[in-house]
Order: sequence, then structure tokens, then C-alpha cells
Amino acid sequence: MNKKASVVIIGGGINGCALAYELAKKGVKDVMVIEKNFLASGSTGRCGGGFRQQWSTPMNIKFAMESVDIFSRLDEELQYKTEYYQGGYLILAYTPEEIRQFEKNVRLQREMGLDVRLIEPKECLKIVPDLNIDGVLGATYCKSDGHANPFYVTQAYAKKAKEMGVQFLLDTEVIAIDSHNDRITAVQTDKGKIMTDTVVNAAGGHAHLVSSMLGLDIPVKPYRHEILVTEPVNRIFDPMIISFHYHIYMRQELNGGILMGQGDPNEPSSFNVEGSFDFINQVCKKGMKIMPVLENISVVRQWAGLYAVTPDAQPILGPVPPFDNFIHIVGFSGHGFMLAPRVAQHITDYIVDNKLSDEIKNCSIDRFKNMDLDVDVNVV
Amino acid sequence: MKDDQIIICRCEDGTLADVKDAIHRLGLRSVEEIKRVKRFGMGHCQGKTCGKLISQIISRELNISYEDMAPATTRQPAKAVSVKEFASYQEGN
Repeated sequence: MNKKASVVIIGGGINGCALAYELAKKGVKDVMVIEKNFLASGSTGRCGGGFRQQWSTPMNIKFAMESVDIFSRLDEELQYKTEYYQGGYLILAYTPEEIRQFEKNVRLQREMGLDVRLIEPKECLKIVPDLNIDGVLGATYCKSDGHANPFYVTQAYAKKAKEMGVQFLLDTEVIAIDSHNDRITAVQTDKGKIMTDTVVNAAGGHAHLVSSMLGLDIPVKPYRHEILVTEPVNRIFDPMIISFHYHIYMRQELNGGILMGQGDPNEPSSFNVEGSFDFINQVCKKGMKIMPVLENISVVRQWAGLYAVTPDAQPILGPVPPFDNFIHIVGFSGHGFMLAPRVAQHITDYIVDNKLSDEIKNCSIDRFKNMDLDVDVNVV
Repeated sequence: MKDDQIIICRCEDGTLADVKDAIHRLGLRSVEEIKRVKRFGMGHCQGKTCGKLISQIISRELNISYEDMAPATTRQPAKAVSVKEFASYQEGN
């Protein structure tokens, strides 16, 4: 094992792998990624794979728009087919409150240059002919939103990073982090110690455990979210369909399988990633209501993953005091996959040029010191 | 028969050549990883046919004892069940 690294990234999910690639691209040598299991074995490989730009805070909108721009060129840049597909996002409104919120969102999103519209139920049928519009008061639609395959995107970044000299240590667990005078000096793993002067915490649902190795108490908690997938069927719908009201999202993969997912907002924080019968029962009821044609399609698999949730549903990015060389990319609250490509570039700028972008400053852990948080309400 | 004519995963049309490619070119070492990258075991039968075959191939190609290999995760449902069937369950029944 290499006993020294310029940057040690903890976590081989989308954020860790995208950052490894961006660092290598900027010419950083001796980057190392440490992963407890295998690549995308945690939250990344369990996520819905969507990328959307329809958010309710300016920062999330900008971040997501810039990420989609990167996603759209990723297959070419990384020479890997990631199943990137701009099928759009259709977000259904079932209450007058939702319509009012969506009007506000669309106004803000359009001001920021996003091609998004609030549409009538009838127009929804043009986009998804099998949609049941009973109770639907309207929807927002952005056709440049879409999805990609989270395993493939992670593999794509990792493969290219490896070719550029990044070292990946799989099946390797971090057990301690050494520091001296508020500087990190080494990372200890079950396979040995690595001397380094920059450590990145990209440990997804387990991020707070990594921080706690240095006595830090970051406000990120894991929550179980569950998904199921059906057998592959002919094309039924293109966009990701979301309802905040019903706490559900569904999309059809390129191979034809239909994903449906939701989290239980009343479930307490835990590391549980077992599938539950309650979920499958409820999500099938909701799914059939939204899209009756699903009724005779068979469910083949269910699974669960962790959302790493912060108090304002926005990530914590950048160094966490008192350590200016312990960088966090954590707490994406269920949206790490779609933001990762752009976040990796911002973090690279900080590591390479010591440049703290406005985005990183906005996502600094310091924001939790004041109470006036800009909470993104568009979370499902 | 050639490796690319031997079907290992019937649901996703995976051949022995694909499994060997995953092991030797992509460096994957477990059924779980191969499943995610190649989709084998994600189809209708959920790996009931190919899971053990893939374990055997990995064991042979990488010289790992079959007994030492972690079994692939099995997930519900045990067999494919329709959305309608799952939705019809009411608590208390």
C-alpha cells in the first residue's frame, strides 16, 4: 500500500469518484479513494438516478443547471455510456398550496434561465398519456431534466480517474483520523496508515461517523428511503414523475423497468437499509393511482438506501472548523447524485487553488449558527 | 462452444465472455459488483439462475475458494408479483 497521498477521499460513491477525477484532471498527483465496500455500494448505487433543475432555492437551481450541463457532455468526456437521458421531470400539484408554491418556483427558475413551465392537467396527458389526472391541479415540466444510471456514472468517473493515476482502495475501512494543531496528518485504515495533508469526507449516509472520528458533530443524519423496480416493459412514459403531496417519484429506465420510490417522513433516523412490506404496499397503491396502467406489471425487486439529511436539506461543503484541510462533501439530503459533477469542480478549485467559491461559502457549515435558513421545500 | 455463445444470465442476455470481461478487464471481484455493472441478476428471476454460476466463474477465474465468497444479497419479493397484487393488501386483513 502507498503510505502517502496528497488527498485522501473517504467514500467511493458518486461524490468521491467525481472529485477524484476532477483533481486528477487538474494535475493533482497521488490522490487516493478509500471505500469500505465497493464503488457505488452505498447511497449512490441505491438512488433513483434522477437529475433535476426544478428547485426552490437559487443556489440549488444554479448548481443543478451547471451539473446538467456537465452530465450532458459526460459520456464523451469520460468515454463511457452512462444511460444519460433527458426525458424531463413532471412534478404534479394536488393542492392549491402546491400550485402557489410551484408558481413561485417557476418564476424563480425562469429568471435563472431554466426552460420550465407550469402546465394544465390536460397538457400533462400530452406528455404522459397514461397519467391519471384525477385530482391533479397542474404540474411543472422541465424537459431538460432527466436521469442517468448511477452505477455507470460512478464507474465512468472512477475508470477515467484510475487511468489518470488515482489509487482506489476498495474493501478498506477508515478507523481513525490523526490530527496535530488543527491539521489532519494521517488517515488510519484497517489495512494500514496513510500520511496526508488533505482529507475529504464523502461518506454519504455514514459521513457523520467519519467526522466524529475527530470529535466533530456535524448536523447530518441518515434516513432510510426505499425503491422498487418492475420487470422491463415497453415505453410508457419519458419524464420522471414526482408528487410531493404523495411523497413518491417514478421513472422508467432505458431498459424498460419502472422505478418507484419514497421515504416515510415519520420514520426516525437510522442506518436501516432493509426493504419493508409497508413501503411496497403503499407505493404500489400510490403508483396505481397516478398511473393505472401499472397494475398488471410485476415488481421484481425492492431495496433501500440512506438519505444523509441536513436541517435545511442543503449539503455541507468545504472545510469544517477547526480543520481547514478536512473537507466535507456531505448531507445532500437525497440529491447527491445530481449535484456531484459540479460540486466536484468547486471542491477541486478549493483544494488546488485555495479558492472558496460563493457556492461553497453558501454551503458552509457556519450557516447553522444562525437560525434564518433558506430551506428547499422541493424535497421528496 | 465459444465464451460469447454460453449464456449465463438468461434474463439480461449475459454470456460467459461478459462475465470474464467484468472480472479481468473491469477488475470486479464479486457477484454484487458484476450485477451492478453488467445487470446480471437484475432481471425477472433476480439471479436465481445466474447467481451461483457467476460465483463459480469468479471463484475459478480469480482462484478464490467458492466457500469463502460472500453470497449475493437477496431482496424481496421472492418472485415477481404484480403492482395490483401488492396494492390490494389492506392492513387488518
